[in-house]
Amino acid sequence: MKLDSKIPEGYISDKWTNHKNHLKLVAPNNRPKIDIIVVGTGLAGASAAASFGEMGYNVKAFCFQDSPRRAHSIAAQGGINAAKNYQNDGDSIYRLFYDTIKGGDYRAREANVHRLAEVSGNIIDQCVAQGVPFARDYGGMLDNRSFGGTQVQRTFYAAGQTGQQLLLGAYSALSRQIGQGNVQQFNRHEMLDIVKVDGKARGIIARNLITGEIERHSAHAVIIASGGYGNVYFLSTNAMGSNVSAGWKIHKKGAAFANPCYVQIHPTCIPVHGTNQSKLTLMSESLRNSGRIWVPKKKEDAEAIRAGKLKPTQIAEEDRDYYLERRYPAFGNLVPRDVASRAAKERCDAGYGIEANDTNEGVYLDFASEIISKGKQAALVAGDHNPSAEKIQELGKKWIEEKYGNLFQMYEKITAENPYEVPMKIYPAVHYTMGGVWVDYNLQSTIPGCFVAGEANFSDHGANRLGASALMQGLADGYFVLPYTVSDYLADEIRTGKISTQTAEFDEAEKSVRDQIDAFLNNNGSKSVDHFHKQLGHIMWNKVGMGRNAQGLAEAVKEIDALRAEFHRDVYVPGKADELNTELEKALRVADFMELGQLMAMDALQRNESCGGHFREEYQDSEGETLRDDVNFKFVGAWEYQGPDINKEILNKEDLNYEFIKIAARNYK
Amino acid sequence: MATKYININLKVWRQKDAKSKGQMETYKLNQVSTDSSFLEMLDQLNEQLINERKEPVAFDHDCREGICGMCSLYINGRAHGPDTLITTCQLHMRTFKDGETIYIEPWRSKAFPVIKDLVVDRSAFDRIQQAGGFVSVNTSGNTIDANATPINKHDADRSFEAAACIGCGACVASCKNGSAMLFVGAKVSQYALLPQGKIEAHDRVLAMVRQMDEEGFGNCTNTGACEIECPKGISLENIARMNREYLKASFS
Amino acid sequence: MALTGLFLCLFLVGHLIGNLQILYADPHQFNTYALFMTSNPAIKALSYLTYLSILFHAFDGALLTYRNVKARPVGYVKNNASANSKISSRNMGILGTVILIFIVTHMMSFWAVMHFDNKMPLEKISVKSQMAPAKDYYLTQSPGEYIPVDQVAADKKEAEASRKAFYIKDRTEFIFTGADVKKADGYKDLFKVTVAFFKDPKYGLVYTILYVISMLVLGFHLYHGFASAFQSLGLNHPKYNAAIKAFGIGFSIVVPFLFAVLPVYIHFFLKTI
Repeated sequence: MKLDSKIPEGYISDKWTNHKNHLKLVAPNNRPKIDIIVVGTGLAGASAAASFGEMGYNVKAFCFQDSPRRAHSIAAQGGINAAKNYQNDGDSIYRLFYDTIKGGDYRAREANVHRLAEVSGNIIDQCVAQGVPFARDYGGMLDNRSFGGTQVQRTFYAAGQTGQQLLLGAYSALSRQIGQGNVQQFNRHEMLDIVKVDGKARGIIARNLITGEIERHSAHAVIIASGGYGNVYFLSTNAMGSNVSAGWKIHKKGAAFANPCYVQIHPTCIPVHGTNQSKLTLMSESLRNSGRIWVPKKKEDAEAIRAGKLKPTQIAEEDRDYYLERRYPAFGNLVPRDVASRAAKERCDAGYGIEANDTNEGVYLDFASEIISKGKQAALVAGDHNPSAEKIQELGKKWIEEKYGNLFQMYEKITAENPYEVPMKIYPAVHYTMGGVWVDYNLQSTIPGCFVAGEANFSDHGANRLGASALMQGLADGYFVLPYTVSDYLADEIRTGKISTQTAEFDEAEKSVRDQIDAFLNNNGSKSVDHFHKQLGHIMWNKVGMGRNAQGLAEAVKEIDALRAEFHRDVYVPGKADELNTELEKALRVADFMELGQLMAMDALQRNESCGGHFREEYQDSEGETLRDDVNFKFVGAWEYQGPDINKEILNKEDLNYEFIKIAARNYK
Repeated sequence: MATKYININLKVWRQKDAKSKGQMETYKLNQVSTDSSFLEMLDQLNEQLINERKEPVAFDHDCREGICGMCSLYINGRAHGPDTLITTCQLHMRTFKDGETIYIEPWRSKAFPVIKDLVVDRSAFDRIQQAGGFVSVNTSGNTIDANATPINKHDADRSFEAAACIGCGACVASCKNGSAMLFVGAKVSQYALLPQGKIEAHDRVLAMVRQMDEEGFGNCTNTGACEIECPKGISLENIARMNREYLKASFS
Repeated sequence: MALTGLFLCLFLVGHLIGNLQILYADPHQFNTYALFMTSNPAIKALSYLTYLSILFHAFDGALLTYRNVKARPVGYVKNNASANSKISSRNMGILGTVILIFIVTHMMSFWAVMHFDNKMPLEKISVKSQMAPAKDYYLTQSPGEYIPVDQVAADKKEAEASRKAFYIKDRTEFIFTGADVKKADGYKDLFKVTVAFFKDPKYGLVYTILYVISMLVLGFHLYHGFASAFQSLGLNHPKYNAAIKAFGIGFSIVVPFLFAVLPVYIHFFLKTI
């Protein structure tokens, strides 16, 4: 397989402009003759579908949820980055570009990331014009906060619900197009295969999740915006329905899958509580603006806390280890996510964890000092120059509530502890996947006519994503990249005419879907889908999680292979094909997770270096920091499917060239 | 908080599909961790049913962190259960007592027909949104700078509070009239409070209210149940604002 | 609903102020007021508006209830509505129906008697002097004119037969029997009708109790309805909500209470003159 990234020539800041200027166009009168399928209605999918609809294309949008508004982008909390420099702290497009490349541990494409930084400002303008209610200051101007891995304030936010507000903005734009008939929306539909005709993507097979009907939909281009694959770990911050199936199906039909081992483990999630747990809840990274992370300095204190004999508030200041501030004085609690996560694991592995669960895994996120400092500030502003301690507490808590109220409430509901009074307990959890379907600069996969956007592709975050960059990428892809690049592809399709679904290719694709469904329903095994999914998650978390090594990964490859065989042999899927059957839906998704999980372990095994979220224990420096190998691994690893035996997949390499940024060791000290 | 385990009785609405008649079925579930969320308890029930070779209970859920609005459930006579300001996925079993009987029913509204068991069709909300819940601005890189129009913080905050609606339908489910006024009021308010939204304010409120009525939702009689049961605490003020906007639009 | 409801609240205030005059126990003052209320053209117009409002309020309410019931064809097996709303707010239809029935019976007892009943009594006074035994006179609307009761016949026929000087025409007019000329207009004695109603030896206590219950129902209706009307009209503002609510609660307690005081007062405390 030849990987052509199609990165345009020219100076970094001119590439996108020049490229856009030379892309082919489809005239307005031709657009209604062209069909586009968009799978997924998160930030990338909804914004793309809305934009195509506005342009006049005939759009069909699909989501498995009961409404496009429920896509998991909605759960993003902290914010969205944009190089607006409203805070006059030295931000610029270059600075955002640089921070993102560095944050990704020099494993992302320069040209893509620069384009992302270029359009970041437009995103904010567009969203504000749509009526997205971002947080504002008293002068009526947009407010910003700071996120991990940066030293400027460039994150725009709406309390702890930024993803929700942005998605509802995109959803409103999409709704407008649905109302006008430009977009046909298919809710509760799941894409189960892509259909290729003469090598080009020409449609999909989808299952109506209510009736079970297998439907054929044809189009001149197919956009996959189906999100990430974090649920391969079973426990993650992803939604229960989030799955890799769309991305994996196109992989099996010829789309290369890049860097599957790059997984982001988010440092601030609520720790695991028990075996019946179904998901993990994120506490926004924005909390690290105000919270300080610590564990006890003394092991006996940690033990006493776990035993319930000591409260965190009883630990004296000098007996606390603010380990991020200790290890990374320049960035402190705002180091990138991978760094913060590993540091938490290091402390807990060393026996300082404070959570009383099976693994003792948990650290404190403490707001006490921020409450005092903001309380004093608020008192001063209110003209009280000599406030009492109680007044300071009251005002400080009010400030915290305004900034993070919904997060604090969410935490209290889940844990039954009041985070205004006692520090939050947090621990890393699987959150985001930087890997995904390989795409070129135009976001086109190795299947012509099949484009991939948002978290589902691999392109912009390298080996680690910075906070508040996922929302930026989703909307950049959907609003400002795909409308140009897909039109360029479609310019050659204006003579194609309507694509029939009554062809051998559609017959075959539908048959394979039906066969898979029948196989599951007739399997009559003995164990539930969740049983296998949890086992897969267990292997993944222990051997392909935060700390990886060659031996564990090799074991994982074998174990997953065996588990997959057992799954297909012994899974029990009740119910019928022609009805709402949630177990069947899960079985189809887990089947793909099994294959992907194995590939992730293989990818992690071949990458003999540590970079970003991929931490190989063999490759670390004396201080436990990641040790990259830029000589041998400065490439994108794009896997090519070779049939049911995942072990046979072929690794293709796209070399990464750093022309404009000097590649260096990542340093947040 | 120490983990405890409780045994509970469940009375669950089972309905094969939209056309079938449904009924309440009783299940016993033992060893439920009080740290489990309500939906994790249902997962446990389904695991038990699957092991007994019975059909699991269908229910809607997705993000399980209270923001996607997919989960619903009328639990012990209340939308999203006995706790307030949370969705069902955030409801935890520590709220219930050992030996308690818990009733679980789907949202009941003409506009939200049952699809199966506890799953209902809420696409009526989508159609209301499609009728006018947007600002008519096309995608372009050339809208005015985001800071070109300062917006009073008070209005921006009110707008955000209205926009926090997750579209779960608890307002409709708990309203004795099955009214969707809180949902529509919140959407109308979000835009009515912002300068960007004011341009189309009249057409928007008329179109959205027309669609709301067509969908078969009941009318508001200000019982206030929706505000109490709304997991996001959307204020009744938004309904008043919609009424105001509607009156203004009707007489001008 | 809101507009008619608030208008009817105003009506209640007017009606109450009128009724409270009963507490003065001055029949003439009350009857004068009753005459004014039934003859002033502006009041007349207002009263028609009130009738229309009541009809519209009732009709709209019924329609609303019908539509709202239709919006939930399948109910809940278990519903804990008291957790999120007040009982009065959930039962406005029932409360309103009770009030409508009350209004109809109330109008039959007083309004219909006042307007149509041929047996409507006219106000009399008893004049005592040291020289003569007490004698009853009809009060008239012409100042200084008093007509001795024993000189008035119920109609012309009776007057001619009994040779009385006056007879009553059209329920209030005193006519000279010989000349067929109107001498004066009497006052309908609504006070007497009212007192008789609540002091009825057989049913007085029942009427009184039913009236008090009706006012209780009205109180609950207003308890929700008053503030609700403001909300429906879009008048909801954090600054004024508390005041509207407080006023509404006060209104819903004070107005029905004062209305209820009257029958109780008449039945138990008023001494018949």
